[in-house]
Amino acid sequence: MRKNLNVIAAYSIMMGLIILVGIFQSWNIALSIFNLCLISAVMTMGANIQWGYAGLINFGIMGYTALGGLAAVLISVNPVQEAWSAGGSNILFSLFLIIGMVLAVRYVLKKYDKSKLRTYIIATIIISGIILVRFVSEPGIEAIEEVNPAKTGFLGGFGLPIIFSWIVGAVFAGGLAFIIGKVALGLRADYLAIATLLISEIVIAIIKHEDWLTRGVKNVIGLKRPAPYEVDLQQTDWFINLVEKFNFSKLNLIQDFSERQIALNQLVIEGSSIFVKLCYSGLFLVVVIILLILTQKALYSPWGRMMRAIRDNEEAANAMGKNVVKQHLLIFVLGSAIVGIAGAMLVTQDGLFTPGSYRPMRYTFLIWVMVIVGGSGNNFGAILGGFAVWFLWIEAAPIALFVINITTSGLADNHFLKQHLIESVPYFRFLIMGIGLLLIMRYRPKGILPEKIEIK
Amino acid sequence: MDFINAIILLLNYIFVPALTYGSQLALGAIFVTLIYGILRFANFATGDMMSFGTMAAILFTWYFQSLGVSLGVLPTALIAIPFAIIFMIFYMLLTDKFVFKYYRNQKSPPVQLAMVSIGVMFVTQAVVRIIIGPSDRRFFDGEKFIIKAGEFKEITGLNEGLAIKSTQILTILVTLILVSTLFWFLNKTKTGKSMKAYSDNEDLALLSGIDPKKIVMITWIIAGILATIGGTLYGLDKSFKPFTYFNNMLPIFAAAIVGGIGNPFGAFLGGYVIAFSEILLTYAYKKFFIYVLPESMEPDGLVQLLSTDYKFAVSFSILVIVLLYRPSGIFKGKVL
Repeated sequence: MRKNLNVIAAYSIMMGLIILVGIFQSWNIALSIFNLCLISAVMTMGANIQWGYAGLINFGIMGYTALGGLAAVLISVNPVQEAWSAGGSNILFSLFLIIGMVLAVRYVLKKYDKSKLRTYIIATIIISGIILVRFVSEPGIEAIEEVNPAKTGFLGGFGLPIIFSWIVGAVFAGGLAFIIGKVALGLRADYLAIATLLISEIVIAIIKHEDWLTRGVKNVIGLKRPAPYEVDLQQTDWFINLVEKFNFSKLNLIQDFSERQIALNQLVIEGSSIFVKLCYSGLFLVVVIILLILTQKALYSPWGRMMRAIRDNEEAANAMGKNVVKQHLLIFVLGSAIVGIAGAMLVTQDGLFTPGSYRPMRYTFLIWVMVIVGGSGNNFGAILGGFAVWFLWIEAAPIALFVINITTSGLADNHFLKQHLIESVPYFRFLIMGIGLLLIMRYRPKGILPEKIEIK
Repeated sequence: MDFINAIILLLNYIFVPALTYGSQLALGAIFVTLIYGILRFANFATGDMMSFGTMAAILFTWYFQSLGVSLGVLPTALIAIPFAIIFMIFYMLLTDKFVFKYYRNQKSPPVQLAMVSIGVMFVTQAVVRIIIGPSDRRFFDGEKFIIKAGEFKEITGLNEGLAIKSTQILTILVTLILVSTLFWFLNKTKTGKSMKAYSDNEDLALLSGIDPKKIVMITWIIAGILATIGGTLYGLDKSFKPFTYFNNMLPIFAAAIVGGIGNPFGAFLGGYVIAFSEILLTYAYKKFFIYVLPESMEPDGLVQLLSTDYKFAVSFSILVIVLLYRPSGIFKGKVL
């Protein structure tokens, strides 16, 4: 109990802050901050596994998040039959061609020794394969994109409940991480950072511009929900009764029946959106807790000890007979898969998929700030980092506004400096993040909750 | 005649733009490579430092414009650049003193310095956006074209026009002058040689009496010059938008690595390699083939290898190929 005091204190302060937002701003805002905090926590857990456990730098978090989001679309949207009949066969055929191409390259790689000839053969296979695939897929893609472009114009998905996409998102992200890991994990740390950053940009470029698969920048809206809809809730009896029960004392003060009815309606509308957000919070909380238990178990298992050994001294671990390359690949895939889950959760919560909104600042660097600030190598720290940084990110604008108003209170309201500063309030969040990161790295380089290894 | 037309077409749409874009990338890549070679970390704040320098140049340009100072046919920004450079160097030395110096003295691993540079990136981005705002700005004035497409057609009587913007010539000339001065400085002067020595082997350089503080300061000064001029030239040629500058960091990094990180000459050429391959692979060759091939063989499609949206993909693929086959870059890296 005693040694965990700082963890408990840090989490209580965090929850207290969110509750304060609920009291002073509104419970709706507090809950949406809480939900995004939970999603950020999942992302930081993924990044923390890679950086904190194994010391691998992954600046491609944005790419995995987007792939998770793509999974949510592909799983939950109903299939567009017309589009399938228009161009589905071409797409499937190109898919087979790509698989064939990969197998051919693998065969050549395995069968022949390294030589100039082998390189040329592989290059020929890849180039002719790409030309062939483009030749086959182009008419299909055009046909698909022409099917009712204002509403669909893409293949659609499988029409399954969106919850499944959380697993599929993990599989997608893990698959991508496997390919990237095979190519790039041998690189030195800073090269790996740059390479993963570039790959995530490419993933976003593909998602943005392959309209037949993702609708691209036309966005997919109105995804299915795992939680009830507000409009339905407002008409169900049990929910109205529940709201009535909760606000019994408040409602009893109103004498007039019709006024009471209006007040009740207002409460039901507010209550419904809070209820939906609570449903999401419950779902997300389950994911966070499951992942936390798993990652904690892994951290204190023999495997976790081995990962720390590899992180702290690669050569020594290698000499002890640990397969460093394989373990790096494994942890790269695992961490990315967790980020993929978070990506699917994010799209599930928003109910829409907007490829244009994936920016490296928000989805890669901010997550890294969370990991570093929270405490790399410590799961509780990573989750706390996700909460604290996301909270600051949202509340930075009101805080900055408050500070500006105080510092410039001597100036007239229409003074140009004051007006300019108030207009640029949204950008103060970058400033706060940057300064926070620099201060933490300087004075508490292990984060708020540092890594603490105890042998159990 | 058709053949000349085809060549003019390629010059107009591929060669001149790629040469300009390549010069802009090259300046950024030399900046990255110098920081990597001497201060030994990958600077993720590159793009934002360039946008900071450009912002300073824009502010000075506006000031000079309000005073009524101008260079006639040349853009006013040229007078603003020296002042912007001083401003930029001041900012860089300040960040070095308050941020990077501590980690250098601690002998922190490069990865930690890279993380710190992310903090600097956030702060710089915030400062730029707070001061000048996130919107798209053009600050070019003076004569826009050296040759307009129409005039070229009239003079030569060809079907294809060749338009050369004054900013393109300006970019290429300034880059050439700057880069040759830099190489002269690095290879011929005593300070330059001591920088090379410091990059090669820090301990040995210290033993032979080289002052590390001076080396670091000169590195930041050169970096400030490169960042400001590179950024301003890009802004003059296209437009200034903080987000684009942040994104330009990716091809700049690719150029530096392709050329062999730590090797300024490699970075210089790397910029052109990236620029030319991006434009060559995403250009639609339809018109070119119409000129070159006989009428019966005219292509139906655009004859475009990759859609322009995949510009980043090109620079990354080059990066992967280079890293797989020549991990130290085309020109051997890690020697200054």
